[in-house]
Amino acid sequence: MKYALLIYDTEESADQSEEQMGRWFAYTQELQQSGQMLAGEALQPIATATTVRVRDGKQVTMDGPFAETKEQLGGFYLVDCGNLDEAIAWAAKLPHVGHGSVEVRPLMEFDDMPGAD
Amino acid sequence: MTAAGGATSTLDVRRAVERAFRDDGGRILASLIGSCGGDFQLAEDSMQDAFEVALERWRRDGIPRQPGAWVLTTARRRAIDRLRRAQTWRRKRDVLERLARLEQEEALHGTSSGGEPEEGTVDDHRLRLIFTCCHPALAPEAQIALTLRTIAGLETREIARAFLVPEPTMAQRLVRAKRKIRDAGIPYEVPDDAALPARLATVLAVIYLVFNEGYTATAGDRLVRAELCAEAIRLARVLVELMPDEPEAIGLLALMLLHDSRRDARTSAGGDLVTLEEQDRALWHRDQADEGSALIERALRARRPGPFQLQAAIAALHAEAATPEATDWVQIGLLYSQLLRIQPSAVVRLNRAVAVAMALGPRVGLAELEELSAGGELDEYHLLHAARADLLRRDARPIEAAAAYARALELCSNPIEQRYLRRRLDEVRTASDAAAP
Repeated sequence: MKYALLIYDTEESADQSEEQMGRWFAYTQELQQSGQMLAGEALQPIATATTVRVRDGKQVTMDGPFAETKEQLGGFYLVDCGNLDEAIAWAAKLPHVGHGSVEVRPLMEFDDMPGAD
Repeated sequence: MTAAGGATSTLDVRRAVERAFRDDGGRILASLIGSCGGDFQLAEDSMQDAFEVALERWRRDGIPRQPGAWVLTTARRRAIDRLRRAQTWRRKRDVLERLARLEQEEALHGTSSGGEPEEGTVDDHRLRLIFTCCHPALAPEAQIALTLRTIAGLETREIARAFLVPEPTMAQRLVRAKRKIRDAGIPYEVPDDAALPARLATVLAVIYLVFNEGYTATAGDRLVRAELCAEAIRLARVLVELMPDEPEAIGLLALMLLHDSRRDARTSAGGDLVTLEEQDRALWHRDQADEGSALIERALRARRPGPFQLQAAIAALHAEAATPEATDWVQIGLLYSQLLRIQPSAVVRLNRAVAVAMALGPRVGLAELEELSAGGELDEYHLLHAARADLLRRDARPIEAAAAYARALELCSNPIEQRYLRRRLDEVRTASDAAAP
């Protein structure tokens, strides 16, 4: 089953040290080598975010993330593994998990959509 | 086929179906969930189908020699039918995988006589069921509801009544839980050795929550509450049977047996709370308490103490005292100290302070409580004030005790506890009036 691992953390505690970057790299490697990695990306800080809404045909573009929460989305991985416990195991190994959170959610799978090949 | 060759009576068939449901329903469901790749809803619906078919078919063909096996085989076929008819464009791949697995099992065990799984795999399925129902990805209320429905076999209506929730709400809770198991891919497995301790702790917590729901004297149907305690004990027995080397599971069973052994002494005829000290020990169920004591002794021999074992050991010490005065408070205090190291909660700290007070005098206990409340986090905790009040009362300081009881009363929301506190408050007020010049 495919899952998204959504990585949340407060930006203050987001460790940008070389050591930490090393840990992220090692994690990605491990995930890749397991053959269960579908994708993985880091997002730039929320200062770079822009939020777009269209209501009644009117477009509103604003500076900042979609919600002012303490923990913000910082990145994600997409994995394909056997079941939720395996996805949880990957989530628990993420290098930031000592102070942030990971949301684990299964992906919608549309194998049979008309026109999908 | 019946000996006479004719159709079997409707009444006989109904009885046979009910018996099959009662005796084998749980095992069949557990096995079926496995066959259905962890899909609870599919398994339940298919089993339901199978029982309905049984009512009709057994009347015509006679009651089968192995009704349980017949139901399992039929249920499996029904699951296959349901999957084939599934029209959703979502997750077709998983549906096909499940279908393939079921068809394979059908080919292997297809005949009515070959359908019953051997003992070893039955136990395995029951364990899987318990661990899946108590998976941490499910909300605690969902874990409880699912455990009671699927393992204990309680009706949705009964569970709703026990937790004072409307039946449709409980039904929805169950549906959502089963959907989450399927959609999020919660595996139908016993956790591996690394994950087992944490997962077992959740299972034990769920069972204890069920027990406490029945044990706590809040509003609600008395009979239903007693059923919950009995159900929790039954669940713990199953767990101990399946995992005889897990001392915490044995500890939990022991703890609940010991608590439950006092059920007839805990409330007065008027429904009021009777404290441990005031209880008529002749009303305690001796053999249940003895069983609890024996179990905790057995558990402790494994030398892997845990919170349930320690609490059970404390409960056993109370049970062994013929009178309140004979209680080994020193030992109890030591056990609370040990418990505090692994479960540093306010309640445990309070209980230890009380045990210390009973062993060494109220002043010592009060000093402990002073230290405890120094940080101020327990200011709104009614049990802290109740404990202080109790010790002040024992120390013959009724005016201060009254103030503490009053404070506890302000903060307490349980009507039965409130009545108890009010009784004590009246007592100490009378005492302080008598003492006044």
